[in-house]
Amino acid sequence: MDQFQWLYSDIVKDHFTKPRNVFNPDEKFDADAEGVVGNIKCGDQMMFMLKIKDDIITDVRWKTYGCASAIASTSMLSEVVVGMNIREAYKIKPNDVAAKLGGLPENKIHCSVLGDKALRAAIDSYLQKTGRPDAFKNEESVVVCKCLNITDKDIEEAVKAGARDWHQLQEATKIGTVCGGCKEKAEELLHEFVHIYS
Amino acid sequence: MTKRAVYLDYNATTPIRPEVKKLMVEALDLYANASSMHEAGRRAKAEVEKARASVAALIGAANPSSVYFTSGGSESNNTVFMTMLEEAKKSPRRKIITTAIEHPCVLNSAAHLHDEGLPVVFLPVDDNGRIDMDVYGKELTDDTLLVSVMAANNEIGTIEDIPLIAKMAVAKGAYVHTDATQAAGKIPVSVSDWGVDYLTLSCHKIYGPKGIGALYVRKGVPIEPLIRGGHQENGVRAGTYNNLGIIGFGMAAELALAELPEYNRDVRRLRNMLRDEISARIPYVRINGHPTEVLPNTLDVSFPGAEGESILLSLDLEGIEVSTGSACASGSLEPSHVLMATGVGPELAHGSIRFSLGKYTTEEEIRYVVEKLPPIIARLRRMSTVSAESAAVVGHK
Repeated sequence: MDQFQWLYSDIVKDHFTKPRNVFNPDEKFDADAEGVVGNIKCGDQMMFMLKIKDDIITDVRWKTYGCASAIASTSMLSEVVVGMNIREAYKIKPNDVAAKLGGLPENKIHCSVLGDKALRAAIDSYLQKTGRPDAFKNEESVVVCKCLNITDKDIEEAVKAGARDWHQLQEATKIGTVCGGCKEKAEELLHEFVHIYS
Repeated sequence: MTKRAVYLDYNATTPIRPEVKKLMVEALDLYANASSMHEAGRRAKAEVEKARASVAALIGAANPSSVYFTSGGSESNNTVFMTMLEEAKKSPRRKIITTAIEHPCVLNSAAHLHDEGLPVVFLPVDDNGRIDMDVYGKELTDDTLLVSVMAANNEIGTIEDIPLIAKMAVAKGAYVHTDATQAAGKIPVSVSDWGVDYLTLSCHKIYGPKGIGALYVRKGVPIEPLIRGGHQENGVRAGTYNNLGIIGFGMAAELALAELPEYNRDVRRLRNMLRDEISARIPYVRINGHPTEVLPNTLDVSFPGAEGESILLSLDLEGIEVSTGSACASGSLEPSHVLMATGVGPELAHGSIRFSLGKYTTEEEIRYVVEKLPPIIARLRRMSTVSAESAAVVGHK
């Protein structure tokens, strides 16, 4: 009977009903960096605010317009990154968060991909502010989809996880769902990675 | 302690009502094949024919033999479209006109005909979900083979003007089909008053079992079997008679017809109460669908700034069962095609909730819902990157 009582894991339910580190509009939170990704047209949008000291994330707040998976995965992510070096935090992937949540249903993974991207956008803005623009990006990855801050590494990961065509890549990453301007470049990369991994 | 359950998803399906359940339990022993010639078979056949008469009465069909039993609404709709594919081979008429807000079984059947080379038009609808009669008038040409428009929409409840749509189609010599799956049992349905050639029905929306439906086919119009086989249903629909389902359908239809005025009055009162309470208690809501030409049980509401799946699951935790037009609940990246067709922007479509009430809905349940809903919307809006006010303004194009 238990499996019918909630669509997701107990951890997801807990984070959905009692999300951690949500920004309270009445509180004073002096963020050192802020990042927003997503678009309400696609049904979800995410904002991350960070306090950073000596490249260590000391506190986090976030807001989202999104479904239960988006809320729970961002809440979990916000717990994970406190105390983390920004370089380390930059590498967190949606699957890491999903695993900590006790898994998400296959068709909900794409709902959980915005949290880490908003986090990276916030870190990028911090790097920009501290005179180190793209410091991690160059060593790590290249942004392909500017609207959602999706990198070549994200495309590679999606292909490794089984995405084989544009539709599946969109399901996995939401790439190109806002302005669509990256489609040509992204399809090139998709083709390349599919060639490597399949 | 059993968890509280307030079921407000009657447009998805309905429970089997006790009278129908009781009859079906008795009918479990009516195992004989209704096509058999012996007494047991004849007895089963008599029950099937009695049910057919009840279903015919529900839709105002003078001749029960115009009603064919199918496995449900999807099969009935598919049968009509596949018949038209055959018909187009013999007729100079080829054009299919339907609407942008049909159920997926119609949309995909129409898309299939398009793939097979027939010209297909999906009529646009206005803000309230009614088809654009100007576009319809222009598209309705001498080569139109079929016009298929749903009697009432499953998501927003808007009722289409089927008598006028049918009259215009008939004047041009086209066949007319209406999917009355959501209309039957909720508003008066009459194939004779409406002047349609084909009409689709489903039993599980009117407090009967799943897996049984019907297709009305006016005498003299073409019909091709979708399922070929024996001679059941005059060769229109093969397969051993589903005694149990058909008998349940008959009883459900009989009761739906008898109770229609009472149902209509009671459920409309509760629906309007829910609408008024939501509007009074929650700022920036938008009621979707037609203000008056709407199913008495259906209330579709957008809550800008809050996402639909989050609302649905929050209500679910309180035991309130509804559905949403949000993309996140559909498994696709697209929000409700119905709301998008009405010009509601994605901002409002993603935040939409459909409350569909039924004959077992009580005033106490509605009071419970309107107590639980405002804090849920407030909580989600508070953590939202999107302000309710701005989404409400930009949401509607």
